[in-house]
Amino acid sequence: MPIDIIVCIKQVPDPEYFDKITLDSATGTIRRTGIPVITNPADRHAVEEALRIREEFGGSVTVLTMGPPQARKSIDEALAMGADRGALLCDQVFAGADTLSTAYILSGGINLIGRYDLILCGNETVDGSTGQVPAQLSEFLGLPHTTHARRIDMIDDRRAVIERVVENGYLRVEMELPAVVAVLKRINTYRLPTVMGIMEASQKEVLELGCSACESLGMNSCDMGLEGSPTRVAEVFESPQRRRVEMLTGEPQEIAKQLVRRLHQLDAL
Amino acid sequence: MKEIVVWAEQKENRLQPVSLELLEKARELSDQINGSVVAVLMGHQCRPQADELIHYGASRVFCVDDPCLSFYQSDLYPKILARILSDISPEIVLIGGTTIGMDLAPRVAAKLRTGLTAHCVNLNIETIDGKDQLIQVVPGWGGNMLVKIICPERRPQMATVRPGVMEMGKPDKNRRGVVIPVAAGVSEKDIKSKTIEFIRDSSEDISIEEADIIVSGGFGLDSAGGFALIEELARAIRGEVAGTRPAFDQGYIPEFRMIGQSGRTVKPRLFISVGASGAIHYTTGFSKSKVIVGIDKNPKAPIFDMADLGIVGDLRKIIPCLIEEFKKEDPQK
Ligand SMILES: Cc1cc2nc3c(=O)[nH]c(=O)nc-3n(C[C@H](O)[C@H](O)[C@H](O)COP(=O)(O)OP(=O)(O)OC[C@H]3O[C@@H](n4cnc5c(N)ncnc54)[C@H](O)[C@@H]3O)c2cc1C
Ligand SMILES: Nc1ncnc2c1ncn2[C@@H]1O[C@H](COP(=O)(O)O)[C@@H](O)[C@H]1O
Repeated sequence: MPIDIIVCIKQVPDPEYFDKITLDSATGTIRRTGIPVITNPADRHAVEEALRIREEFGGSVTVLTMGPPQARKSIDEALAMGADRGALLCDQVFAGADTLSTAYILSGGINLIGRYDLILCGNETVDGSTGQVPAQLSEFLGLPHTTHARRIDMIDDRRAVIERVVENGYLRVEMELPAVVAVLKRINTYRLPTVMGIMEASQKEVLELGCSACESLGMNSCDMGLEGSPTRVAEVFESPQRRRVEMLTGEPQEIAKQLVRRLHQLDAL
Repeated sequence: MKEIVVWAEQKENRLQPVSLELLEKARELSDQINGSVVAVLMGHQCRPQADELIHYGASRVFCVDDPCLSFYQSDLYPKILARILSDISPEIVLIGGTTIGMDLAPRVAAKLRTGLTAHCVNLNIETIDGKDQLIQVVPGWGGNMLVKIICPERRPQMATVRPGVMEMGKPDKNRRGVVIPVAAGVSEKDIKSKTIEFIRDSSEDISIEEADIIVSGGFGLDSAGGFALIEELARAIRGEVAGTRPAFDQGYIPEFRMIGQSGRTVKPRLFISVGASGAIHYTTGFSKSKVIVGIDKNPKAPIFDMADLGIVGDLRKIIPCLIEEFKKEDPQK
């Protein structure tokens, strides 16, 4: 029984350059001009997991992203890894979406794609949003979900068993499909695109979906983008958490002696 | 009455400390808005924990006790919590940012179509345009800034907070409150995603939060020849090893030893940070430590704004001397 999988991937600024990112305090949006972008690390593992499942059971892998036109690059990368097709949700109306609104828009994309047995996400993005989208997406789709997955065992196209990490161990979860599963990076090591893969990728189909396509499903544009986002950035300010530092100087041996003495005085040892 | 709800997480019928930390925070916030603190507890045979929640400051506890709730169930818990919240229409809902809380909170927020802010490092109330708003402070991008998030229109205002970020209050057995039993109102057949067992796995274990002394390394150790130096220093001083996100990404430390906004929050007696620049995402994870020592070769590294004692220099020269000095102190090690 073939298994059709949709993988949600997001393009994010490269964490190596995070200190170059500034916030526009007037609009509360991120100024990221000139910052290189990558596919969110956990999402690459989600793509890999989908490819692994397709290799075992047959079926298809569709990657879906909501983002600006440049996000197409992340889709191309996943296609070069071996995904079958892509879908880019791109519209001015989507801009400024918080996690609730992002999940709503993604649910539209998934319904437009239509056929699926499993939806995979990364467990969290590195760019500030923190793992809320997968569970919210499953709510909009009316599907069961599991986050923090470190292992997925497909039983057939109707059932899967997930190892879900918790503090001090993991839970074994039996899921009915279709379902949303968010994976941790440790679930696998992902493959890199090959030259062949890159050549084949350019032949593959990429759907472009905008707000009007979502509206054709009966979705409401008021629930999308900044307008549809319940949260707002109110203010950005300097971190007040400062201490007055006492610098220790001299030769390394001297510094080490000073440090031990000061730590004793501060009752820290 | 304006209610502030804390979701009380229990595991194997033990309340998780983060829930008690949030109760204390909720008490503080409720004074500011003249509200009251409500806890929602779910589990099986969890009634005794309800009293404990009252001792920690809840004036009402909704207690949902049902055999199908003994493990976290991602179908049932959000459904029940959302139903209770719809009934009482609270102003604020606080949920511990554990692996379970981070699964539950977004699904509930989506059910209620309201906002949710993850990993808050501070919460307080401000009046904006005549309306009390929960100011949810989260670390911002890169540099040393913090971002205030609000949820101006919709209610409840929901936030998750990592364990250890807020201060736990003292229990008071004289506090009075009411326990309200609530029927789960769900059945096994509602479960499409079913947790069948909990498997303890020590590779996911060790509570770095309990260490008295932590030696934490950053990306600087990469260029300086690896993490072995940090491990030796930690042994010499009888501390635990930890690190930054890059240290985790490089595979030097397992995830549960990563410190910061997306890792653990610790407040040991002594925190020594080595070869880590001191990005706010990292420093929020240990800013409440009693004594902080920063070691970095860059004199402008922000870690020195966060440290009590600072050392500028190459860690390859400094750390071996420190190890030697600590070993003199404690010859067994
Ligand atoms: C949403 C979000 C969440 C995040 N969460 C976390 C988190 O939870 N935890 C976390 O740690 N990070 C987190 N980050 C990443 C964080 O912003 C920083 O990128 C990270 O903390 C930097 O790690 P570092 O200090 O090890 O590396 P770097 O910033 O590269 O610093 C390396 C330091 O080592 C010093 N060094 C190099 N060689 C030597 C030597 N020989 N001797 C002495 N010093 C030397 C350098 O001067 C430099 O200061 C998060 C980022 C985002 C956007
Ligand atoms: N704009 C987006 N487009 C596609 N997938 C997304 C988007 N935002 C979040 N996701 C998915 O949701 C996961 C968690 O994201 P977050 O909740 O933002 O940390 C990511 O790893 C992606 O799989």
